[in-house]
Amino acid sequence: MPRSDSGSLWSALSASGGLSGRSIRGADASVVLGDLESGTSLGGALEDLRGRSVLLVVSGQLAAALAIIELDGVARRIVLCTPDLASKYLPAVMAAAEVDAVVSDHARPDPETPPVPCFATGGTRLTPLASPRGGGLETEWVLLTSGTTGMPKLVVHTLATLAGPAREGRMAAEPVVWSTFYDIRRYGGMQILLRALLGGTSLVLSHAGEAMADFLDRAGACGVTHILGTPTHWWLALTNSVGSRLAPRYVRLSGEIVEQAILDRLRATFPDAALVHAFASTEAGVGFEVHDGLAGFPADVVGRRGSSVEIKVEDGSLRLRSARIAFRYLGPGVEPLAGPDGFVDTRDLVELRGDRYYFVGRRDGVINVGGQKIHPEEVEAVINAHPRVRMSRVRARKNPITGAIVVAELVLNEEPAPAVQARALKDEILQLCRSSLPRHKVPTSVTFVPSLAVTAGGKIDRNA
Amino acid sequence: MSVRSTVVSQFEQVAAEQDRKLAPLTDDLPLTDTGLDSLCFAIVVDRLQDALGVDPFSDAEEASLPTTVGGFIRLYEDAAE
Repeated sequence: MPRSDSGSLWSALSASGGLSGRSIRGADASVVLGDLESGTSLGGALEDLRGRSVLLVVSGQLAAALAIIELDGVARRIVLCTPDLASKYLPAVMAAAEVDAVVSDHARPDPETPPVPCFATGGTRLTPLASPRGGGLETEWVLLTSGTTGMPKLVVHTLATLAGPAREGRMAAEPVVWSTFYDIRRYGGMQILLRALLGGTSLVLSHAGEAMADFLDRAGACGVTHILGTPTHWWLALTNSVGSRLAPRYVRLSGEIVEQAILDRLRATFPDAALVHAFASTEAGVGFEVHDGLAGFPADVVGRRGSSVEIKVEDGSLRLRSARIAFRYLGPGVEPLAGPDGFVDTRDLVELRGDRYYFVGRRDGVINVGGQKIHPEEVEAVINAHPRVRMSRVRARKNPITGAIVVAELVLNEEPAPAVQARALKDEILQLCRSSLPRHKVPTSVTFVPSLAVTAGGKIDRNA
Repeated sequence: MSVRSTVVSQFEQVAAEQDRKLAPLTDDLPLTDTGLDSLCFAIVVDRLQDALGVDPFSDAEEASLPTTVGGFIRLYEDAAE
């Protein structure tokens, strides 16, 4: 849909000022934002891409960032392929998004990709721009959700829905350099791209395949002050001596449940940094930020009035409504993204303990081990049959090979005495499981715990 | 204990627990010929995360995933550095 030129990312970027002193730095190249005033990363193809639905399928983040800056306001739609997207899904993604142009790293179209009327090569080297930049279109930005299996979902945003949280950010008094462990084509990374572009700062991008230590050293050398990652990213950074490589003033976490342990480790590593964790999803956008260094979030976040995001808990899961939620999914037979009341069910389960809510997992509680479904209760029933077991809880532990593995916690009738006896008892319980369950349902580890939470209904609380 | 010996001992332990016959381990032995299946490797990776504090598989690109025993050990040696 048409709109005024002032609404495009390029015009907002220009308005944020200081372009000649700001850059986006990748692992192998960097671009001064001011050079985009007269240069283009898309060869001579920019005008050919006008009004088209463009599949952006480049490997490097810098090339992706440049193409995004140039295409917003020009393309009808930008489909942001993540580098890990399996090529077998490309035809379906292209059909769902009515793609009629491709921007890729390569000089010629990939013979495996369905042919389109318009092909362009994106990159990190700028060539002279033929005519002044003009926007005019309200470009749809299509983000692909990283589904565990199967076809990714195509989530439609615009600059307006994506930039809401970035525009809320306060300007810092001292110079800011942003970075993120995420790829900018995922929602979390996109937030950092937009914070940097709209907030008048520079940005340092990671590179797929770059070792964590190398990235941290590069980010440190570029003077990164603000950085976002998932708890997993941060654990990896901590195992790579992040404290001696990087001195951020602002450390942000999102994308996974943030446990107290990681917050405490980061606080100890960066005693003077602001430590913030945020809840966001590709569909629902950024929900809220937590600034007090504690896991979970204050209960008054739910139901707060006059805030830009409305949050409620229904059937145990967090639901969000705001101007930041995506418009819809693209594709045949997709479900509505939000309910009739406009709230998006994030399917993230939360639980109120005292005056804080804590994330307890996903609604879909079935454990999936390499495609095999496991109900925790059936494994517990076997374990509980052992005379020395009082109660048990079986749950999934994330695993990069099979997606998850099954682990068990159990409470004994009495304390096991020395370690030798504890070891023997664990072996005995595992032997019991092996004799009555298929291999994939046998817990890969058994832990003795002093107690397990029980619901008011007298059942094991799986979400505790 | 070195990373190499930690990895090798997990291969042996998981093979025993899972009742698998482990082939003699050499660096160029393909992972598919070790006698361990994907569930075994899932357990090995989980135990190594506890033992070494790293989970290089979660961050590795598909193309860089190891195909041999030697590659597997190197992935952990690199990550544990």
